[in-house]
Amino acid sequence: MALDTGARTGPRTGSARPGARAGRVRHRDGWWAAFFLAPQVSALVVFLVGPLCFAVVLAFMHWDGLGQKEWAGLANFAAVLTDPQFGRAVWNTVKLAVLTVPAGLGLALLIAVALNNVRGSGFYRVLYFLPVVTSSVAVALMWQIILAGDEFGVLNTSLEQWFGITAPDWLGDPDWVIVAIAAVTIWSSLGLNVVIFLAGLQTIPPQIVEAARMDGAGPVRIFRSVTLPLLSPTIFFSTVVAVISSFQAFDQIYVLVNPQDNDGARTIVYQVYELGFRDFQFGLSSAAALILLVLTLLVTLVQFAAQKRLVHYDS
Amino acid sequence: MRPRQIALHAALAVGGLVMLFPFVWMLLTSFKGVRQMLNDPLAWLPDPWRWANYPDALGAMPFGLAYWNSFYIAAINVTLTLLTSAMAAYAFARIRFRGSEVLFVVFLATQMVPSQVTVVPLYLMLAELGWIDSHLSLIVPTVANPFAVFLLRQFIRAVPVELEEAARIDGAGRWRCFWNVVLPNIRPGLGALGIIAFLASWNSFFFPLIFLNSPELATVPLLLSQFSGQRMAVDYGLILAASAIAVVPTLIAFLFGQRRIINSMAASGLGGR
Repeated sequence: MALDTGARTGPRTGSARPGARAGRVRHRDGWWAAFFLAPQVSALVVFLVGPLCFAVVLAFMHWDGLGQKEWAGLANFAAVLTDPQFGRAVWNTVKLAVLTVPAGLGLALLIAVALNNVRGSGFYRVLYFLPVVTSSVAVALMWQIILAGDEFGVLNTSLEQWFGITAPDWLGDPDWVIVAIAAVTIWSSLGLNVVIFLAGLQTIPPQIVEAARMDGAGPVRIFRSVTLPLLSPTIFFSTVVAVISSFQAFDQIYVLVNPQDNDGARTIVYQVYELGFRDFQFGLSSAAALILLVLTLLVTLVQFAAQKRLVHYDS
Repeated sequence: MRPRQIALHAALAVGGLVMLFPFVWMLLTSFKGVRQMLNDPLAWLPDPWRWANYPDALGAMPFGLAYWNSFYIAAINVTLTLLTSAMAAYAFARIRFRGSEVLFVVFLATQMVPSQVTVVPLYLMLAELGWIDSHLSLIVPTVANPFAVFLLRQFIRAVPVELEEAARIDGAGRWRCFWNVVLPNIRPGLGALGIIAFLASWNSFFFPLIFLNSPELATVPLLLSQFSGQRMAVDYGLILAASAIAVVPTLIAFLFGQRRIINSMAASGLGGR
């Protein structure tokens, strides 16, 4: 009985001898909580919160990793923000998000609705999910040979042979490379969004859909007035995650087209990488990284503000 | 009813082919020789089938070693993730302590911080510790995993509290409750998280790219990227053989646990980064 002082029984046993007993119970539970949380919390503090604070400090320093650290004030931010390459990187990052998020989620929603209406959807689920578990480096290599602009590129040579269309050099042309990256990103993340939406669709009670049908609503009307509002929390959540991950995209871009050779593929994340680990400009790199973080937070806040009007929650 | 089913199946099958095509093309091309690539790069089937691409790819770079590296790092990461995140999840789900909710929100919020924001300071810190160009840099920092804590907390909350209360009446302490009562009851959650953590570790590229230098320490994706960088000329067959070598084991692992992986990723709605 000595240890039978869990969170739930605490208040009840406490009624016998209120003050002392409840106090002792909470005290001991605090220690247990600390014990259970210690590994995760310390790892989080040491490897995430600590570095984050250090990044903020570094962003205000001139430092190449070897010499003296020197206070730089806002110079790093000014240098990064006035660098035309960084401007291009911001533009490309935004373009990538705009190209991947609506199209990717729209397509995923369409497929999820279709899967929800067929028998034997398990097979398709696996098929669409394959790229999600595939190494991003391998994905990039697979697509590299499909999208190549020379005679090895299956896509362009097929378009040429079958339809007489001369397609752009997807990976070489700075104006098109983001489109190609967006296509590969949509392909590789589609399955994840499909299964999330499908899980959301399966929580919609069939009675509600049935009631709408009895009232004479057609499939399109049901989708717009029943399915979409009930799914909107899931869609909102997936949108937030999709925007954040498109802002963080690195692996596929790095392998598919080295942005060093093609400015059209430069993203903020690549800029952070290049400034930090090619040029060893740790201050500049941290400043660029913080700008990315602020941009991420801003966009997420805007999304949360917009959800109040667009997202339907129960109760 | 029937025509609609057929139309939906047809549309889904076409989409499925688009999803599958890059894999099929990778496998087919991985058996093509340089001569065929030069003469007829668009042929569907390899002619002749150049099986030697596989041993050649394996021999060209230390893929065997990379496999072992990726495997043992992933195994340690899975073990550490499961143990520490189950512990934290247990505290959040079952122990009432001051600041519990605030701390949990902070946990989730840290998930928003892109790893690229912390990578420079992390690099400097690991350099200070002497962990750069060592596998420790891929193991210890990855312990921090708010997603895993969140996922397991959901599973623990679904375990009836009565089970634990019964054990406590029998004299079990917190640790025994956690280890002997809660953990056996969240086995599906642990299994799913284990697979997600394994895939995340196995496929991870950004950290190995930055933290490792020595070829003999490389993980599979890192070695693969270096391999392709070296021979971007024409030998696509060899490069894609190497890709296939890297991909096929994960695909097999996925097919074994697909239901669990898909369901847990869908339920968490977060994906397993």
